[in-house]
Amino acid sequence: MIDGFIALYIFMLAAFVGYEVIGRVPSILHTPLMSGSNFIHGIVLVGAMVALGRADTTLELAIGFIGVFLGAGNAVGGYVVTERMLEMFKSSKEKDS
Amino acid sequence: MSEMISMRSVIEASYFIAAILFIFGLKRMSSPVTARGGIIWAGAGMVVATLVTFLYPGMGNYPLMMTAIFIGGVAAWVSGKKVAMTDMPQMIALYNGMGGGAAAAIAAVELLGGEDHGLVFGTLAVLGGMIGAVSFSGSLIAFAKLQGIMRRNFRFSGQQVLNLLLLAATVATAAYIVLAHGDVNIVVIFFLLALVLGVTMTVPIGGADMPVVISLYNALTGLAVAFEGFVLQNAAMIIAGTVVGAAGSLLTQLMAKAMNRSLANVLFSGFGEEDGQASEVSGSMKPIEAADVAVMMAFANKVLIIPGYGMAVAQAQHKVWELTQLLKSRGVDVKFAIHPVAGRMPGHMNVLLAEAGVPYDIIYDEDEINPEFPTADVALIIGANDVVNPAARNDTSSPIYGMPILNADYAKNVIVIKRGQGTGFSGIENALFFLDHTRMLYGDGQAMASELITEVKSL
Repeated sequence: MIDGFIALYIFMLAAFVGYEVIGRVPSILHTPLMSGSNFIHGIVLVGAMVALGRADTTLELAIGFIGVFLGAGNAVGGYVVTERMLEMFKSSKEKDS
Repeated sequence: MSEMISMRSVIEASYFIAAILFIFGLKRMSSPVTARGGIIWAGAGMVVATLVTFLYPGMGNYPLMMTAIFIGGVAAWVSGKKVAMTDMPQMIALYNGMGGGAAAAIAAVELLGGEDHGLVFGTLAVLGGMIGAVSFSGSLIAFAKLQGIMRRNFRFSGQQVLNLLLLAATVATAAYIVLAHGDVNIVVIFFLLALVLGVTMTVPIGGADMPVVISLYNALTGLAVAFEGFVLQNAAMIIAGTVVGAAGSLLTQLMAKAMNRSLANVLFSGFGEEDGQASEVSGSMKPIEAADVAVMMAFANKVLIIPGYGMAVAQAQHKVWELTQLLKSRGVDVKFAIHPVAGRMPGHMNVLLAEAGVPYDIIYDEDEINPEFPTADVALIIGANDVVNPAARNDTSSPIYGMPILNADYAKNVIVIKRGQGTGFSGIENALFFLDHTRMLYGDGQAMASELITEVKSL
């Protein structure tokens, strides 16, 4: 169980990690990084799957289905566009070789 | 029972690995050298987390689940592969909105399920649902605006009062749900209110400010995911969501700072609505022919190119890179100077140049390149406007006063490739265009770049 103060600790430490990881990023990577972090919250797919998996009533099933659909879109779309952008970042050495 | 427990540890261990992959992936993405590896690490984490979730105890509805994943995944894959690099910002907004919507959907299922979550987790569930719903509808509006589906910025007096009232109503409904376990109708009203709030918050904001707003919604979606992670007791969601929430907040601040706006300013006031009336610019714009520009650049020691979104719209980046290679082969030192908000988002211009094949080590940002302008023979401005306006440096009455700019006016010669005599996104006259050592090369960015290539070749 993730409960009470343990949850709070996880929240605090993860927040620091997020802040530190981005702290020294050059501005040329802001757009890909925003896209990359957008992909990472695509983990919401996992939660939507659990929600749908436990749904009973028709209404819950419908909402759960929409949730999984949207979550999958977030994860897959976020990955595809981030990968496309980052694929193009090459230095002049790599160009020559 | 023991089998259940060991299954549970497999799932938890996989989520742990996924969280580590996300953090290291994000870390790698923050340097251009390792960035390409970063997204693949994070992608591996996502695959692990998704696959292991199928083993979650007490779940059903698998055919429905796989159908939803398939439809959502394929639609996103196809659209993501197809979208042009110039349209990237609105695509990010769209996928981000989907994530927010998914978080809201989780909250809805949990709230409708009737299970008592207790005060703390109940509060987190509605909060995550509310933030997710706001992020969902707000991101869709941002998408519509950048895509050009919605052109107007709807403003009316009392708009902020209305937003405040909506927020209060949403929070009140949320509190009622947590405390009194409202029925289906209350939950529906709650989500409708949150969705409307996202729309009314976003419609008054202009297109130029959208990147900051998208970044904000990105951070908010992260937070919503983390909150729903607490409700579902899912460590991967908590960690990934919180990391994105924090990183996204920082990124939002960096973007707002680069545009010389505070976040409050972006959200609550329209650009240029302040009374600031820019000083009249005196003098005239002096045109020049492509042949003269070609000579100027071909025999220069150092040329600095300042591209703007206009270059990308004209699809001129490939021609500009060809021109750069041509000049470099003649021994000219050519560098690209990128303003933090060039393009539609910070870093967007770098992506567009990278697409054309420009290596990132001849691309410099504002702090690195500004000291070099006084030694540059030619500053070639193509499709950029406000980011090179010296009024930002020396005209205290200008609306853009204080914004960091590229000091193109310090170069010995300034060439501006421009379609006509109009003003930039901010609608402010650019004092740079009227300087004595500035020449205007009128025409379409791509056509002019081609002409310059031909002229340089013929020298």
